Amino acid sequence: MSNDSLDPRVNRLKLGEAGEVVKVEEGENWNIYEVFHQEKRGAHHEHVGCVHAPDPQLALVFAKEQFARRKKCVNLWVVKSADILAFDVEDEDMFANNLEKTYRDASGFKVMEKINKFKQSK
Amino acid sequence: MINQAAIKDLIIKMADDELIQGHRNSEWTGLGPVMEEDIAFSSMAQDKIGHAWALYRILHEDLGGEDPDKFAFLRPEKEYKSAHLVEMPNGTYDFSLMRHFLFDQAETIRYESMQESSFEPLRLLSKKVKGELKYHTLHANAWVMQLSKAGEESYGRMQQALNNTIALAAGLFEASPEHEAALIEDKVYPGEAELYRRWLDRIYPVLVKASLNLPAITAIKPVYGGRQGVHTIHLQPLLKEMSEVFNLDAEAGW
Repeated sequence: MSNDSLDPRVNRLKLGEAGEVVKVEEGENWNIYEVFHQEKRGAHHEHVGCVHAPDPQLALVFAKEQFARRKKCVNLWVVKSADILAFDVEDEDMFANNLEKTYRDASGFKVMEKINKFKQSK
Repeated sequence: MINQAAIKDLIIKMADDELIQGHRNSEWTGLGPVMEEDIAFSSMAQDKIGHAWALYRILHEDLGGEDPDKFAFLRPEKEYKSAHLVEMPNGTYDFSLMRHFLFDQAETIRYESMQESSFEPLRLLSKKVKGELKYHTLHANAWVMQLSKAGEESYGRMQQALNNTIALAAGLFEASPEHEAALIEDKVYPGEAELYRRWLDRIYPVLVKASLNLPAITAIKPVYGGRQGVHTIHLQPLLKEMSEVFNLDAEAGW
């Protein structure tokens, strides 16, 4: 029995009965690649979206037309989404108290008074 | 003084190839195998039309030719000098991709040779399109590699596509007997025979890397005729469709 899907990529895998060994030909199993865009030399690469591609080379080829067709661009990075390590969604609570720790902000230091005093003493 | 009739002939050949290939490639818009590829292929089709427009403008502005739009859309079939390769219907994606690979490599070789051209407008244009063509060949090479290594069926189809297109693609290098010597002598470009040789040198390493077999050079019988206005049955319907909107009112301002 074949596993019919609306996605042609799934159908091409010719999946059989559950438990059967599935052999995936190289290049058949496409991945998601995250795309990072650099607007000018020396600037940070910024995340702009993702493309679906069989390998990194084609991901880069696709990214160029998806994300560098209109706005200025000097370089792109692609990285397989699966290679990105991220926190679990339920770990969000680790970040929850940050807003209460304003004493950690540089803005918490009042130095202008000291600077002015120093200038006047000159 | 460079031979004007010879230059015109050369530019019309180049421009018509770009226009017809661009139109054919644009027929894939909305039908590409995946969204990313659809967008990339359509975008490159637009680039081709842009190259055609730039060449028609050189004819118009530097060589006393007709208005680019009218020249592109209102000529009878016999006056088009496009090669048979670009007229062929898209068929399946393997054919379209292989044609894209062979055509864009040929186009790149041609413009590269014109970076030293004695005819300034061609020299400037060849520098302008360099970056675009670099992307087009990168795209074509990546797909040829990818599909040739994606299993037996895929490899077989790519080899078949190469077998079906190679003689047609060799026809891109059909010289115009009455103009060729003058163009070479005037250093407009190095001539079709030389470009053909360079093109074979350029596509060979990519095909080897993809494990595809290029037929023996002596066995390739280039398909000529397009440069002389002799076309396949496929060009006329394409021209009719392409100029349909323009012909509603050829004098309309856009």
